[in-house]
Amino acid sequence: MTETTKDPTSQSQGAVDILDLNKIFLPGNASQVIALTDINLSIAPRSFTTLIGPSGCGKSTLLRLIAGLIEPTEGSVTVNGKTANRARQDRDYGMAFQTASLFDWRTVRKNIELPLELLGWSRADRRKRTEEMLELVQLSEFVNSYPRELSGGMQQRVAIARALAFRPSLLLMDEPFGALDEMTREHMQTELLRMWQETGTTVIFITHSISEAVFLSTQVCVMSPRPGQITAKVDVDLGERTEETRDRDDFFDYIVQVREALRS
Amino acid sequence: MPERLRRLLLQVLAAGAALLAISGIYSLYKVIGRALDDGQRDWWFIGTFLPRSTDRDMPPIRDIISEFNKPLREGGPELINLIWDASLFTLREALAGFVLGVIIGMAIAILLLRSRTLEKGTMPYVIASQTVPLIAITPIIVIWGRKNFGFLPWEWQDWMSVSLIAVYLTFFPVAVNGLRGLQSPDPDAKELMDSYAAGWWQTLWRLRLPASLPYLFPAFKIATLASIIGAIVGEISAAQSDGIGYLILDFASKYSTGPERLYASIIGAAVLGLLAAAVITLAEFAILVRRRQATRS
Ligand SMILES: Nc1ncnc2c1ncn2[C@@H]1O[C@H](COP(=O)(O)OP(=O)(O)O)[C@@H](O)[C@H]1O
Ligand SMILES: [Mg+2]
Repeated sequence: MTETTKDPTSQSQGAVDILDLNKIFLPGNASQVIALTDINLSIAPRSFTTLIGPSGCGKSTLLRLIAGLIEPTEGSVTVNGKTANRARQDRDYGMAFQTASLFDWRTVRKNIELPLELLGWSRADRRKRTEEMLELVQLSEFVNSYPRELSGGMQQRVAIARALAFRPSLLLMDEPFGALDEMTREHMQTELLRMWQETGTTVIFITHSISEAVFLSTQVCVMSPRPGQITAKVDVDLGERTEETRDRDDFFDYIVQVREALRS
Repeated sequence: MPERLRRLLLQVLAAGAALLAISGIYSLYKVIGRALDDGQRDWWFIGTFLPRSTDRDMPPIRDIISEFNKPLREGGPELINLIWDASLFTLREALAGFVLGVIIGMAIAILLLRSRTLEKGTMPYVIASQTVPLIAITPIIVIWGRKNFGFLPWEWQDWMSVSLIAVYLTFFPVAVNGLRGLQSPDPDAKELMDSYAAGWWQTLWRLRLPASLPYLFPAFKIATLASIIGAIVGEISAAQSDGIGYLILDFASKYSTGPERLYASIIGAAVLGLLAAAVITLAEFAILVRRRQATRS
C-alpha cells in the first residue's frame, strides 16, 4: 500500500493527482448512479498504473475523468498540474480502447496521422513521425494496409501508435487487450512494456486480468463496485520484465495479493 | 483482380440474358396475340382472357431497332440522334437536380444531427413531404417559376423548374440515409475525437462524413433514378420540349402513325437511367470497395 506524502508546496508533482473525487451520474434523478466515491490517487510520472476490478466498478468512468471527457461531481483531477479538461485541450494524453477504433476508410498511415492532422502538422512532419511510430510498433510493412486487412493484435498496435504519435506524456488505455487471445495478449504485453520503456510515457491501464495487471504495472489499483472505490493499492516491484518473470515466485505472490484484495 | 473481373463479367452476361429473355417473351406473346387476333378465340382456354395483339400494339423488335436509324422527316436527323440529344438534355436537368438535392439532403441531415429536438420535430415533415404526389405539385412549381421567380438575378427557365422537381425527389433518401450514416460512428470513435479536443466540425469532417458514405451510396442510387424520373415527369408537366420526357409524350400522341418510335424513346429513357446508375456504382466501387468498406442500407 502506498500513499504519496502530501507536500503542500508542490501539489502538482504527480502526472495525475486525484483528490476526494466523487462521480454521480444524473444526480438528483430517480435513476442516479453513484459511480465513484472517495477516490484519492496519485500517479507518478513514468509509472505504469493498472486499474482492476469487476465490471461496473467505475474503471472506465475514472479513466474518462482523468481524460477530461467528463467532469467530477465533487473533488478534483489534476493532470500535469492542470485541470483534466485543460490537459485534454493541450493534448497531454493519448487514448486507446478495447475496440481499436481505427477508421475503416483510412490506411494504417492515415490512421496514425489523424491526431497529427488535428494538430495541424505539415505533411512531411506527419510522414516522418508515422514512420517512426510504425517502427516502434513493428508494423512498417503495413503502412498502406487498411484496418480490415490486419489481425486484432495488429490493429491494437496501430491504435497504440496513433495514441503515442504526438508524444503525449500520458497514455490512457481502457482494456486494450480485452478482445485478444491469450498468446497475442502476452506478446502485446511485452511489446507495450518495451514501448513504455522506450518512450518514458506514464501509462494508466484498465484490465480484468490479474496476471496482466501484475506483469505490467508498477502500481495496481484494486477497485470494488457499489459504490465504486479504490480498495487497495499494490506496489509491484519485479524489476525488468522478461518472459521468465511470469514463472517467478514473487510474480505469483503479487497475483495472490491482488486476488485477495479483489475478494475482500 | 480476376475474381472481381469474373463477377463483373457474370453480371454483364446475366443482364444480356435477361434482355434476351424479355425480348423472347415479348416476341412469343406477339405470336399468341396475333393468333388470337386472327379469330382463334377458342385457342385453348387462354383465348378467353388474353388480350389480342397486332403489330401496332406490339411492334416487332426488329422494327423498333431499325427505327433508330430512320429520320423522322425526310432529310432530318435520325431518331437515335433525337433521342440522344433529348436524353442528354434530360440528364442535365436530372444532374442539376441531383446535385442540388444531395446538397440540400446533406444540409438537412447535418442540421438534424446537431439537434435531437429538431430531428424529432422535423423528420415527420420531411417524410410527409414525400407523400404529396409529384404530379400534383409539378404544375405549381412550373407556374411559380414562370411568374414569381423574377426576383432572381438570372432568368428563370422551365428546365430549372424541372430540376426542382428532381430535387424534391432526391433530397429525401439522402437526408434520411445521410442522418443514419452521420450517427453511425460508435461511442469509442466519438470519444477518441473528443480526446483530441477536436471540434464539432472537425469531427463531422474526419469521422462522421466518411463513416456515412456506406449509407449514402444506396441513397445516391435511389436518388439518381428518382431524379431522372422526376425530370421526365416534370418535362411532361411543364411541356418542356427539349427532353426525353416530352419526346415520349409526343410519340405517344402520334402512336398510330409510328408505334415503334414510342418504344424506341422509352428504351432511350431506360438506357439513360441504366447509365446513370452505372456511374454511381462505379463511384461506389472506386471509393468503398477500395477501402474495404461494406455498403449499409
Ligand atoms: N454516462 C453514464 N450515465 C449513467 N451511468 C453511467 C454512465 N457511464 C457509466 N455509468 C454507470 O457507472 C457505473 C460504472 O461504469 P463503468 O465506469 O463503465 O464501469 P467499468 O468500466 O468498471 O466496467 C456503471 O454502473 C454504469 O452503468
Ligand atoms: Mg469499462
